[in-house]
Amino acid sequence: MQIDAKIPEGKLEEKWRTYQVKSQLINPANKKKLNVIVVGSGLAGAGAAATLAELGYDVQCFCYQDSARRAHSVAAQGGINAAKNYQHDGDSVWRMFYDTLKGGDFRSREANTYRLAELSAPLIDHFTQQGVPFAREYGGVLVNRSFGGVQVQRTFYARGQTGQQLLLAAYSQLYKMIRAGKVTMRPRTEMLDLVVVDGKAKGIVARNLANGEIQRYAADAVVLATGGYSRVFRLSTLAIGCNGSAIWKAHKRGALFAAPSFTQIHPTALPQSSEAQSKLTLMSESLRNDGRIWVPKDKGDQRKANDIPEEERDYYLERRYPSFGNLAPRDIASRAAKERIDAGHGVGRLKNAVYLDFKHAIERLGLETIQDRYGNLFNMYKKITGVDAYKEPMQISPAAHFSMGGLWVDYELMTTIPGLYAVGECNFSDHGANRLGANSLLQASVDGYFILPNTINNYLASELKSEAVNTDHAAFAEVENEVKGHIERLLSVNGSKTVDHFHRELGKVMWQECAMSRNKAGLEKAISRIEEIKADFWNDGKVTGKSDGINTELEKALRLADFIELGLLMCTDALEREESCGAHFREEYQTEDGEAVRVDDSYSYVSAWEYTGAGFKLHKETLKFEFVKPTVRSYK
Amino acid sequence: MKVTFRIWRQNDTDDKGGFKEYETDGLNEDMSFLEALDHLNEELVLKGEEVIAFEYDCREGICGQCGVFIDGRAHGPHANMTTCQLHMRSFNEGDVITVEPWRATSFPVLKDLMVDRSAMDRIIEQGGFISAKTGTAPEANAILVGKEVADKAMDAAACIGCGACVATCKNASAALFTSAKINHLNALPQGEPEAYRRVLGMTEQMTMEGFGNCSLTGACEVECPEGISISNIAEMNSWYLKAKLFG
Repeated sequence: MQIDAKIPEGKLEEKWRTYQVKSQLINPANKKKLNVIVVGSGLAGAGAAATLAELGYDVQCFCYQDSARRAHSVAAQGGINAAKNYQHDGDSVWRMFYDTLKGGDFRSREANTYRLAELSAPLIDHFTQQGVPFAREYGGVLVNRSFGGVQVQRTFYARGQTGQQLLLAAYSQLYKMIRAGKVTMRPRTEMLDLVVVDGKAKGIVARNLANGEIQRYAADAVVLATGGYSRVFRLSTLAIGCNGSAIWKAHKRGALFAAPSFTQIHPTALPQSSEAQSKLTLMSESLRNDGRIWVPKDKGDQRKANDIPEEERDYYLERRYPSFGNLAPRDIASRAAKERIDAGHGVGRLKNAVYLDFKHAIERLGLETIQDRYGNLFNMYKKITGVDAYKEPMQISPAAHFSMGGLWVDYELMTTIPGLYAVGECNFSDHGANRLGANSLLQASVDGYFILPNTINNYLASELKSEAVNTDHAAFAEVENEVKGHIERLLSVNGSKTVDHFHRELGKVMWQECAMSRNKAGLEKAISRIEEIKADFWNDGKVTGKSDGINTELEKALRLADFIELGLLMCTDALEREESCGAHFREEYQTEDGEAVRVDDSYSYVSAWEYTGAGFKLHKETLKFEFVKPTVRSYK
Repeated sequence: MKVTFRIWRQNDTDDKGGFKEYETDGLNEDMSFLEALDHLNEELVLKGEEVIAFEYDCREGICGQCGVFIDGRAHGPHANMTTCQLHMRSFNEGDVITVEPWRATSFPVLKDLMVDRSAMDRIIEQGGFISAKTGTAPEANAILVGKEVADKAMDAAACIGCGACVATCKNASAALFTSAKINHLNALPQGEPEAYRRVLGMTEQMTMEGFGNCSLTGACEVECPEGISISNIAEMNSWYLKAKLFG
């Protein structure tokens, strides 16, 4: 299989314009005849669905939640980056592009990353126009703050609820188009498989979660906007329903899966407190603007945080990375926390946390300023832990968070299945081996609002000429039967262990061997362990209830069956990449002081995996750096 | 920790439904309330019984999908908190905890503790947006918005759409939810051109969906996880009056 990213020729800053000038257009009368399925209603999905509908396409939008407004974009707290240079601090599109490329440790495409930075400024205009109440100065202009991995202030925010406010804007635009009769919304409907006809994506088979019905939906193109898959670790910052099933099913139908092992572990989540825990709540990275991270210098120090004097505290990020300090990128901050915790300096009941301290910030800026900036985060911390973080430091710990990997897409965001697109977190495109804070909302929005609506016409123009496929086509019947068979098998195992049991087992292996630190022996062990879990799941799993009607246990089981297989691919990918880059840290490849060693000569490519049934076959998209020279990534 | 859950079980919308008691052990006070229900559900699976259907997604208080009545209060014993943020440390060993779905005519029960809140989406559909197409926006700083105005819009915009306000209101009124969206958008210069259309459209839909009238008891703002103030309702009424007079 040949993979071609279809990067337009020309100067970096002209590529996107060149592409748009050359791409095909479809006249409004013809757009009405074209039908697009969008799976997912987060920023990428709702943005795409609303914008495609505005352009005149007929859109059907799906989400598994009870309302489009619940998609997990809602949970992003800290902000969204844009190269507006409102702070006059030397920012530019080029600098944002470079920060993002470097932040990703030179494992993403120059052209995609540049386009992300280029479209960031108009996106802020767009959201402001839609009524997002971004933070403002008294004089009425927009405010910015800093985020990790960056030395300028380019992050826009709406209190600690930026994701919620952007998503509500996207959701409101979606409902505007539902009212206009151009979008049909199908909440509580989960895609269970993709339908491919003559090599092209032509529809989906989905389960109506409210009545259990298996349904067929046909379209001229299918857009997946289904988010990240970090729930493979079970404990993560993601919503409980977040899953990798849609992209996994697409992968099994022929879409290549890129860089599956590139998953970001976020440094500032609340630590795990018990085995029964289902979720690790994120505390926004923006807290690192003013909070200082430390651990006691003495191992196993039993004193309370406030009783430990300054000289006995180790502000390890400031010590190791003096020029970025507490704002070191996430992969680096997480690894540094793990190093201190593993060395016996962890704090908290399970000794699995570090302190995030606002004492100095409160002394310097006053309590009121800190309350204004982070009030809702401090409230959330108190609700969950019962502790007042204005008076004593927060306890934080690394947690699985973001998937840089995802379905392989070209410059047009099309997967290797013609007519199947992937937008937002479920694709691999812009973040390389590590994503910078506040670039996630950005990428999801830019993909959905600005890029996809400008690239999908290039494909749909040719589809106008071919005959539309409807759900009576034999391919739909075939996929529907497979889906029903799969559900039947799950319900008939009738073993002795619950779905959550298997998810905990999978999570343990993935967290131990395929998270912040990886090595050959561990990954090989993980692969055989996951094979065991898979066999055990299908032999001894137990799912009660029926397929008809609401069955939340069945929903979990279907998602877990796919997570298990995805876990295998993630470990396979991590094993294959014999270098350390970004979030992918192979213990065999590190400097004496524990920094990552990238091996550009052998590994400057995007791994793109093909599903063969018997296993996974690697394809490589070589990364060409024409405009910048990859350097050793240093934040010291 | 051991407690008894007294939980509403109902097969589907047409089923009559009723309470069933489940004693469960092995909980601890650090567990969230929903994790305790997970624990109970695992026990039910192992006994071969159907799990209790309840809603959740983000489990960090922002998506608005979770929400049940616990011992007679929306989202449980604390004010201004979602169900997912409630922890077992708020209960005592041996407690009998009664759990019910949201009760409102406009929120039909789908199964057990799950209800259909799509009526709220349909209220948004009638004007909870700014009619501006992608690609039409002016420079963000071209329209100034003072901090006080932006903060006020943000206070109202924080609504997570969980429906606790409706569930706790004796009239099952959606006035707090509807007013929050109206005031968020009407406060901003970008939302101003459609202010009258918005208030008329959304309030009409609110009535059509069968939500009751507001009698200003203030119960809603107590349970609202985002602490949306009841003064929003007064402001909505004032917008409504203006729209009727001048719109």
